[in-house]
Amino acid sequence: MNAPGEYEAVIGLEVHAQLLTETKLFCGCATSFGAEPNTRVCPVCLGLPGALPALNQRAVELAVRACLALGGEVQLSSVFARKQYFYADLPKGYQLSQHDRPLSLGGGIDFSVDGAPRRAPLTRIHLEEDAGKSVHGAQGQSLVDLNRAGTPLIEIVTEPALGSSVEAAAALRELRSILLTLEVNDGRMAEGSLRCDANVSVRPVGSTELGTRSELKNLNSMRFVQRAIDVEIARQVQVLRAGGRVVQETRAFDPETGTTRSLRGKEESHDYRYFADPDLPPLVLTAAGLAAAREALPALPSEVRARWQREHGLSRQASETLSAHPALIGFFEAALAAAPSVAVKLANFILTEVLRGAAEQGLSMSFRVTPAQVADLVLAVEARQVSGKQAKEIFQVLEADEAGQSVAQVIAARGLRLVADDGALSALVAEVLAAHPSQVAAYRKGNHAVLGYLVGQLMRRSSGQADPRRASELLKAALESETGS
Amino acid sequence: MAPHRAAPHEGAPQGDHDAPRDGASQAARALRERVARGDVSAEQVVSEALERIDAHAELGAFLHVARGAAQDQARAVDAKRRAGEPLGALAGVPVAVKDSLVTRDAPTTAGSRILTRTGELQSAWRPPYDAHVVERLRASDAILIGKTNLDELAMGSSSEHSAFFPVKNPWDLTRSPGGSSGGSAASVSAALTPLSLGSDTGGSIRQPAAFCGVVGLKPSYGRVSRYGLVAFASSLDVVGPFARDVRDAALLFDVIAGHDPRDQTSARAPSAPTAEALERLTLQDLEGLRVGLPREHYEAELHPEVRAALNRLQAALTEAGATVVETRLPSTRYAVASYYVIATAEASSNLSRFDGVRFGLRAEPSGGDLHALYAETRGRGFGAEVKRRILLGTYALSAGYYDAYYRRAQAARRAITAELEAALEQVDVLLTPTAPEPAFRLGERTRDPLAMYLTDLLTLPASLAGLPAISLPCGFTGASQEHLALPIGCQLIGRRLREPELLRAARLVELLLDLPGEPAPALGGRPAQQGEALTTQPTT
Repeated sequence: MNAPGEYEAVIGLEVHAQLLTETKLFCGCATSFGAEPNTRVCPVCLGLPGALPALNQRAVELAVRACLALGGEVQLSSVFARKQYFYADLPKGYQLSQHDRPLSLGGGIDFSVDGAPRRAPLTRIHLEEDAGKSVHGAQGQSLVDLNRAGTPLIEIVTEPALGSSVEAAAALRELRSILLTLEVNDGRMAEGSLRCDANVSVRPVGSTELGTRSELKNLNSMRFVQRAIDVEIARQVQVLRAGGRVVQETRAFDPETGTTRSLRGKEESHDYRYFADPDLPPLVLTAAGLAAAREALPALPSEVRARWQREHGLSRQASETLSAHPALIGFFEAALAAAPSVAVKLANFILTEVLRGAAEQGLSMSFRVTPAQVADLVLAVEARQVSGKQAKEIFQVLEADEAGQSVAQVIAARGLRLVADDGALSALVAEVLAAHPSQVAAYRKGNHAVLGYLVGQLMRRSSGQADPRRASELLKAALESETGS
Repeated sequence: MAPHRAAPHEGAPQGDHDAPRDGASQAARALRERVARGDVSAEQVVSEALERIDAHAELGAFLHVARGAAQDQARAVDAKRRAGEPLGALAGVPVAVKDSLVTRDAPTTAGSRILTRTGELQSAWRPPYDAHVVERLRASDAILIGKTNLDELAMGSSSEHSAFFPVKNPWDLTRSPGGSSGGSAASVSAALTPLSLGSDTGGSIRQPAAFCGVVGLKPSYGRVSRYGLVAFASSLDVVGPFARDVRDAALLFDVIAGHDPRDQTSARAPSAPTAEALERLTLQDLEGLRVGLPREHYEAELHPEVRAALNRLQAALTEAGATVVETRLPSTRYAVASYYVIATAEASSNLSRFDGVRFGLRAEPSGGDLHALYAETRGRGFGAEVKRRILLGTYALSAGYYDAYYRRAQAARRAITAELEAALEQVDVLLTPTAPEPAFRLGERTRDPLAMYLTDLLTLPASLAGLPAISLPCGFTGASQEHLALPIGCQLIGRRLREPELLRAARLVELLLDLPGEPAPALGGRPAQQGEALTTQPTT
C-alpha cells in the first residue's frame, strides 16, 4: 500500500517498552502505575545532590531476553551515556541512556501482512530510564510527578524499511505480542508502557535516497499509529506535489482532528552533549550468561503459530489472533491439550465465543471459563451430545456461573440433549411437513432454499434439542421421496 | 623540636596529652581510649570541642555547628559505655564533615547559595539521607560535630570561593588554608576537632593539608563510596580523612573505606585495615623502601623553601636506608589541561540537577516560563567560579568540540595513568611536594583563575590516575618580616587500592621527620620564631 501516485513512503519505528521489573532502573523504588504522585521516589530518582545510580540487574535480564528473541547481537560491553537537556520532569538534567554503545545491534521483527511474510530489520535495542510526567494546569501552572522517573525502558529502533502504515502497524503488533510472550512488557499503549514514535518520509517511486523525515509522536494506540502515518504520508505528498519541501521536524498526531502538527523543528533540536556516565561502569555481560538466557527463552508467537498451522491445521488468521497475547496462547494450548482432535473447532469456538467475554489487563487476561470447560463443550458437540446452538447456551451459563459447574453438570441440570434418534425425528418431520404445505410445495418446485426454513421449524418444535444435521437429512429425504411418488 | 606551639586555649596545659581538658587537641586514638575507659565523658569532649569551635569562629572553618545533635550523640555514647556495650572505633571522637557530604535532616549547602532556600546560610537544604561515609561515622560512634566550609561545590583551591565567607589559615589568618576542603583542614589544624572528612577531586584534600600542616589522605578512586557526596567530577571525586598524624588518618580511613553497592564505581575488594600495622613500625623499617622522585614534578616552579624541605627529606631517607631514585612521567605536562577539561565537563553535567525545581534555591520571576526559572535560579544560586566551570565544561562537550577536547583529554588521562602505574612497578611510592609553594595570601589568586588552576599541578596526576596519595607535613618555612612560619607538605603517591602500603610509607616518613604534633596557632599576627623546620633523627 504505497502512497498514492508517484511517491512511496519509508517508515521506521522507535518503540519504547517499559520493562516489567519490580523496581526502577537505578534505584529500589517500586515501578507501580497509578500511585499517588511523588510517592514512588527516593534520593536517586529525585536526582538529589550526592545520589548515585545502581543498575537493576533484573532490568538487564529482561532487556537481554528481548534482544535475543528479536535476533539482536547482544554486546558484551555496553555503555550508559548522559543525554543532557533541561526539563522539569527530568530530575538530573540528563537521561541515562545507551548512546554510541547500545546493548544490542541488528535483529529484526518478522511479521506478515495478509499472509505475506515481511521483516522489519532492527538498527539497535538499548536500555534507558524514563522521565517523570508533567501535568500542565489551566493557569499556566505545571505539576511534576516523578513516580515514573527512572522506570526502565528498552528502546527498539527499526531501520527505515517499512513501506506503509499497514506494515508499520503489523510490525508493531507482532513486536507487542513478542514482548508480551517474553513477559518483558505489558503491551499497554494507552497507559504509555508501550510507546511508539514513527519516522515517516516519502520519495519518488524508484528512488533509493531517503526523503526528509518527520518524527511522529503521541501514537498511543495501534489505530493511531496507522492513522497518523497515513495522514502524514498524505501531507508530505501534498507538500511535494505543491512544489514544496518537507522539513525535518517532530510532529504530534492529534486524534481529535486526525491531523499532525509541528512540535519543533530541526533547528530547535537539542545538542544533547552525550558523554559516558562516569557514575556507571560499562555494562559487561558474559557469553555464558547470554547462552543461558537464550536457552531459557519461551516459544515465540511465530513459532507457536507455525506449529498450530502445521500440526493442527489452524488457519493463518486464527493462529495470528490466538497468538496475539501470551495468556491467550496459554488458554488455547491448555484447551488443545485436553481436546487435540478438535483443534480447529476449539480455535473457532474461542475466537467467536470466549474472546468476547475475555478482558485483557496488561500481561494477564481474564477468562470467564476454563480451557477445560471449552474443551469439554467442543467435544460434546463433536460427539453430538449437544448441538452447536446448545453449546452456545451452555457457554453462556458457564460464563455467568459462579459455582464452576462442569459442562456435564450444566447439560444434566438443563436437561439439554440432542435428539438424534430417527424415530423421534421422523415424527417431527411429519409434523413440520404437514404444518407448512406451501414451503413443501415450493421445495418440490425446485426452491431448495426453503429447506433451511423447514429445519428451523423442526428445531423449534424440538425446543432446540434435535440434531440439526440428522433432522436436515431426514427432512430432505422426506421431501424428495414424496416428490418421487 | 620545632618551636611551634599551639595556644589552643587560654590556660590550657600545653603538650600534655593526658590532660583531661582540651580533648580535641589530642590524637583521636588516645581520645577514643579515654572515652572508652571512662576517663572523660564523650559529653565533656564535645563541650570542649564546641567551645574551641566558638572561640575560633574567626577561622570560618564551619558553616554549621551541630550543637544539639552532637551533644545527643555524645550522651548516647556515654550511655552505651555505662551499659557495657561495645563501642565503635571512633567512640566519642568529634569529627568535622565537609559540607559537600549530605547529612540527614541537617544543613547541607556545599558552600553554595543554590542549596539554600533564600540564599542565606540559615535556610540551608536539609537532605533526607546520609552520605555513606556519614553512616559509617555514625556506626563507629563518632560525634558529627559540624559541617565545614569549602569552595563552592568543591570548586577551588583556596576556600575563598565559599558563597558565605572564606576560610582562614590557622597558621596565618591573612592566608588561605587551601581548598576546596579548607574548612576541614583548618578544623584539624587548629585542633577544633581531631579528625575531619574532606573530598579530593584534583587535590582538594592534599593541598589544604599541606597549607595547614596536617595529614590529608586522598584514597584510591573507588576505595571510599561517593554516595552522598555532592558531585563535582564523578570520575575523580574521592572522600578522605584529615588528621594531625598518619595513624589517626589511618584510623578514620579504616572507618570509611570499603565497598558500597550504591556507588557502582566503588571497588569490590574489601579494604584491608591499615591503622593497626602502623603501631609496630620503627625507623628500621625504612630500610629497603623504594622511593621515586618524578623529575617532572621537581621541574615545576617550586618555592625555594619547598624545594629545600623536599631535598632535606630525600637526603634523610637515603641516610635512613631507603632507596631514592628519579623516575620520569613525561605526560605530566598534560595533566592540568586534561584535568580541567574532564573535571569541568563532568561538573557541567553534575550541576544540571540544581534547577530550582525540587530542592534548594528557587528564584521564580513572575510571569516567567520554565527557562526563566532555570536562568534566575542558577544565575543567582551559583557563584562566578562555578559558572566559569559550567561554561568551560559545556563547551568541551558540545557537538563539534567533543573530539578536540573531551576525547583528547581522556587520551591524555590514560597516558598519565599508564606512566604512573609503570613508575610504581619500579618503586613503592612516589615522593613530590604537595603544592609548589606554601599557603598564599587570601585574595592573591582570585583575580587570575588560570594561575589558581596551575597551583594544582602536583596533585592532579594521582587524581587522574585514581591512585591513593597522601600529604603530610615535611617542614616549615622560616618566619620573616613578610610572613609567619608556614607549613610545607610533601606528597606520597602509592599503588591503586594499596592504601596499607602508602600509609606505611607515610608513617615511616613521619617517624623520620619527627615534627611536633601540636596544632596550629589559630591566631593571626603572632610572630613565630625562626626555627629549623626539619629535624632528622637517623637511627642509631
